[in-house]
Amino acid sequence: MKYTTSLMCSAVAAVALTVGTSVSADTIKIGASAPKSGPQAGAASAVYWPTLELWVHNVNEAGGLDVGGEKMMIELIAYDDKSQPDEAVKNIQRLTTQDKVDFLAAPYTTGLNLATAPLIARAGLPQIVATGNLNNLEPFVSKWPNTFWLLGRSSDLSTGIVGTLTEMREKGEVGSKVALVHVGDAFGLEMMAGGKPAFEEAGFEIVYESSYPLGTQDLAPVISSANASGADAFVAYSYPPDSFALTEQAQVQGFNPDVFYVGVGGALTGFGERFGNSVEGVMAMGGIDPTSEAYKTFREQQIEVTGVAPDYWANPVVYASMEILGAAIERVGSLDKATVISEIQTGSFVTVIGEVSFSDNIVEQVWNVGQWHDGTFYGVNAKGLKPAAEPFVKPAWSN
Amino acid sequence: MTILVTGILLGGTYALIALGLTLQYGVARIMNLSNGETLVAACFSAWLLFTTTGINPLWGLLIIAPLGFVANGAIYLGLLRPLVRRATSQGMLEVDSILATFGLLFLFEGLMHLGFGGAYFNYQFLAVPFKFLGGSYALNRITAFGAAAAIALALYLFLYKTRMGTAVRAVAVDPEAARLVAIDVGLIAAFAFGLGGAITACGGVLLSTFYTFNASMGAVFTMKALIIVIMGGVGDVRGAVIAALILGVMETLVASLIDPGLTLAATYGLFVLILLFRPQGLFGGAAG
Repeated sequence: MKYTTSLMCSAVAAVALTVGTSVSADTIKIGASAPKSGPQAGAASAVYWPTLELWVHNVNEAGGLDVGGEKMMIELIAYDDKSQPDEAVKNIQRLTTQDKVDFLAAPYTTGLNLATAPLIARAGLPQIVATGNLNNLEPFVSKWPNTFWLLGRSSDLSTGIVGTLTEMREKGEVGSKVALVHVGDAFGLEMMAGGKPAFEEAGFEIVYESSYPLGTQDLAPVISSANASGADAFVAYSYPPDSFALTEQAQVQGFNPDVFYVGVGGALTGFGERFGNSVEGVMAMGGIDPTSEAYKTFREQQIEVTGVAPDYWANPVVYASMEILGAAIERVGSLDKATVISEIQTGSFVTVIGEVSFSDNIVEQVWNVGQWHDGTFYGVNAKGLKPAAEPFVKPAWSN
Repeated sequence: MTILVTGILLGGTYALIALGLTLQYGVARIMNLSNGETLVAACFSAWLLFTTTGINPLWGLLIIAPLGFVANGAIYLGLLRPLVRRATSQGMLEVDSILATFGLLFLFEGLMHLGFGGAYFNYQFLAVPFKFLGGSYALNRITAFGAAAAIALALYLFLYKTRMGTAVRAVAVDPEAARLVAIDVGLIAAFAFGLGGAITACGGVLLSTFYTFNASMGAVFTMKALIIVIMGGVGDVRGAVIAALILGVMETLVASLIDPGLTLAATYGLFVLILLFRPQGLFGGAAG
């Protein structure tokens, strides 16, 4: 028995050694730590992991990144952070000290990006955040100049819908009464902090305002109160499960405002499939130009390589973050972290979300609001980019 | 009126979540913390059946509920009976079984992650409006409520009108005394545990018609079920149903009349009040 155990141990050690040494010098090690379990896993396995996999696949398919004339393949080292900050910190520590990765894909969600920023900065690595944002980014950037914010400020996102509504009101398509609800967590509060004053400033009347606890899917009372308030527009800063539940309830109760907007999750391909024809005209956070060749190719490739259809917002942004990293490495022609960081700061990059550049590490081009039309989600409001379509009044639910 | 109906429908949902657990804890004396995982597994099964073969979730109940019975029965016989045998006291069994099922929770959650990944799942079934007393409600919730009522009624009739049911109740009241009147306590406990699993599985199937779920959500359901079971009085089917309805109506009242943000506070507030003034639960006997 003893003998077998020690034999097994040596076998395991031998295998581990082979794995360790099989990595030759001409690969670029990219580390990733994001949720594969825990509350955020649902979203991460839709919008984060498949896209990362696709990027690695695409780069390696093309023979690797061209680093100063030498083609280097990508090796991805991925860990599960269980949706917890302490796990994420441990993972980043392990990636930077033990695995000695050359670069990192930024973690998933605002919270985990904030939690890991000090460690990533200490390792001198760029952190191109594709799935998180804040209202007050400037102090953060001045403290950690290696962080880049590809979703812009929270206020860009939360006020996008204010811009769309203002635009529609000027055309006389929608009135001034808004029902405003949000999920009761950091994200919802951050969105409200930017969104509510913007609505008031733009002269909208908030006729119903409420929050609901994180994880609630029994939202019939929210929709019936919003319906009773006589709102012209319904705006929810919501998460995926509640975005689905709010939309289903609105449909069931026949709540038909001129504008129906949900937060995260509304740009998922699954959202469109779930509601079929009745999704026509529903607005949600995010967006893209779905007619661009870059997006169409990306979409086809991700379905082919990973089997997971990308959404119309976060998947492309995650992909763009990796495109920017890859392009910066190729341009500077070395794996030197500091020069790569300064290239990202100053360069301009053609990506799947359009041509983007950073000003003080904050992206100047952000897709804010999209709208479902004919089974596709079109970006109707964007900062620094040309919208893909004009917003229109939502027809009544088709059921 | 709308508030009341919405609340009762929500209560029906909660009853589905809690009935299985109350049976498992009340009779088999196992506080099954992995109960929520059975529920989520049933959600996935219903989703699989519906999306791959187009089997209506209501028919799916006929397949998934027996599976839940067999799987939970097997868990009891294989994993929990050794704990029951070596336990010298009720307290020891509770601690051991809580630890064991806590472990099972992670095992099942991990297995579901392996099979389905962490992504959100849902499907559309009977998501059509149903007009009733001037309000409009989702037909899938009405169906789920109807099924919950039928299941609760069947369970009640079984427990109070049949010989086997009487034996189950006897074990719930006093396992030692039950043994004296020639009841096979081990068998009855395994049966009740399996039956609890089957009912939880039914709950999962019905929930999947209107909830968005993923592999990590089990613990959320277990939590809700625990509150209801404790409020209703451990092992009491009527108590669990009443507690679920009270909770559903109260949450809806608070959400509609005060603020949806306060529903959780209201839930736990009520929970604390009941623990303070009726620690044995709404229907629990003095001796528990």
